[in-house]
Amino acid sequence: MAAPHVTNTASGAATRDRPLPDTGGRSGRPGREPHRVGVRAPWWFVVPAIAVYLFIVVVPSVNGAFFSFTDWNGLRPDWSFVGLDNFSAVLADRAAQDALVNTLILAAVVTVLQNAAGLLLALGVNTVVKSRYVLRVIFFAPVVLTPLVAGFVWSYLLSPNGAVNDALTGLGLGSLAHDWLGDPDTALYAIAAEIVWQFSGYSMVIYLAGLQAIPREVLEAATIDGAGPWSKFRNVVLPLLNGAVVINVMLCLIGGLKQFDQVMAMTGGGPGTATETTSTVIYKSAFTLGDYPLSIALAVVMTLVIAILAAVQYRLTLRKSH
Amino acid sequence: MHARYTWRTLTREVTLILVALVFLVPLVGLLNVSLKPQSSQTSALAFEFPPTLDNYVQAWNQASLGAALANSFAITALSVILIVACSAPAAYPLARVTRGWSRYTFYFLIGGLLVPGQLALLPLYATMRDAGLLGSLWSVVLINVGQQMPFSVFLYTMFLRELPPDYEEAALLDGCGPTRSFLTVVFPLLRPVTGTVVILNAVGIWNEFFTPLLYLGGSDNTTAPVAIYGFVSQYVSQWPLIFAGLVISVIPILVVYFALQKHIIKGFAGGLKG
Repeated sequence: MAAPHVTNTASGAATRDRPLPDTGGRSGRPGREPHRVGVRAPWWFVVPAIAVYLFIVVVPSVNGAFFSFTDWNGLRPDWSFVGLDNFSAVLADRAAQDALVNTLILAAVVTVLQNAAGLLLALGVNTVVKSRYVLRVIFFAPVVLTPLVAGFVWSYLLSPNGAVNDALTGLGLGSLAHDWLGDPDTALYAIAAEIVWQFSGYSMVIYLAGLQAIPREVLEAATIDGAGPWSKFRNVVLPLLNGAVVINVMLCLIGGLKQFDQVMAMTGGGPGTATETTSTVIYKSAFTLGDYPLSIALAVVMTLVIAILAAVQYRLTLRKSH
Repeated sequence: MHARYTWRTLTREVTLILVALVFLVPLVGLLNVSLKPQSSQTSALAFEFPPTLDNYVQAWNQASLGAALANSFAITALSVILIVACSAPAAYPLARVTRGWSRYTFYFLIGGLLVPGQLALLPLYATMRDAGLLGSLWSVVLINVGQQMPFSVFLYTMFLRELPPDYEEAALLDGCGPTRSFLTVVFPLLRPVTGTVVILNAVGIWNEFFTPLLYLGGSDNTTAPVAIYGFVSQYVSQWPLIFAGLVISVIPILVVYFALQKHIIKGFAGGLKG
């Protein structure tokens, strides 16, 4: 079908809106370009970017990792080494333990649901339905909404007398009505639902781009071979969407592991520690409780978790695509 | 277009429209509650006549939203300009030079995508404090530029690798220096990816809460989300008033979205496909 909204090539140059010379559709793999004589790109063009990056990201991150082995309190210039004390403090701290578990649950739930919702929406708006362009705009709208504001709106809708409970009562499901954010058993999942609502449109757009990159001939060939809709999806579409799945899962995982805004807006980490995430605990222990060593050690633990999950995902997808 | 509009398509269309309506409920609720009198006890989706704009007047005055919106705008504009000004030139040698240093520099920058900002949080906060930048817009601008650099450089580099160097070669043959040929030939050719970089960063930076809360909270330089956060905790449970403030704070970004939605959706998809 025609796709004037989301143009697409197999390369990074997916957003061209004016003709550019055809490059033969090479994949944008780093370091594989033939070196052309004659173009001299000055090395010092990189200097401003590297300078800001070093100052804002690299040096403070290295310092953060370093100070996690010290008793530095963020205020005094002096410090001494304490070995792994801060890490054993993290493992012994109830709030930090809860936060790590909550963060992993939140990231996992959001990753699964947001990808499922995003893929379904993408399949829906990638057909000949007449309202597809309007639908894409609607499904994507929450993505641009300030996450903090979306969190406040949902905390209102999910309150005991809120619209969610009204709707359940209206549908004759009044027995399910609930203080969603006030109950430690449901609060974390209510936050996950809000995040899925807000960002499924994001996954949808990436899946849509992936769907539109599938050559129509491939689908037609499958139809001629007698494949039904499910078989076509399972055996043709899904394998070709591998790239979109990888990007979506990676973005959901990293986003889910860093969740801060919605939690602060919806529960502030409560009730008790039921919705504390590593981000909220890192923030609170440093800036309201003054427990700098705990904060910085938890940040290191979180970095390790992200690195391990990213590596696992990389391995899994590598095996899948070869 | 090969597929025809069948009864199955119709079923699909109706289902999707119903889902879209459910999707819109929170936004409709936000707008509806903000137009109710403050004494209202009715449900978020019950309409009340006559609607009132009193909440907007009061929220505007009490939440100091004018100054906060101006700060958000300044931070977003400055950050985005600096991100483009640093990452587009950086991508040029990274894409064109194939010797070792360029490849390692690229990986070094891209590595930043995996490092969570929390790791750098305390040392960076101490540095900004010692530099006297707490409460200054520049602290947030600098942090935005540094943290968004890896992704922006990545997008520019990927795009440039697909762009044949013929035009620059011609410019160089005509006696153009490398700097001039970048500014007059290469940068204009990068327009589509510049659009993506601008949109992605502008939405992200406008909506950002954590960094401004930390560096600007309590100062006169707060951004819209930080002002809203303080406003909500001050007027707990006066929902019509709070919601009017929320609407005011998101109007700019929603106007930009509906005006540019075609390019934004395209830009997100294209940019993220890398």
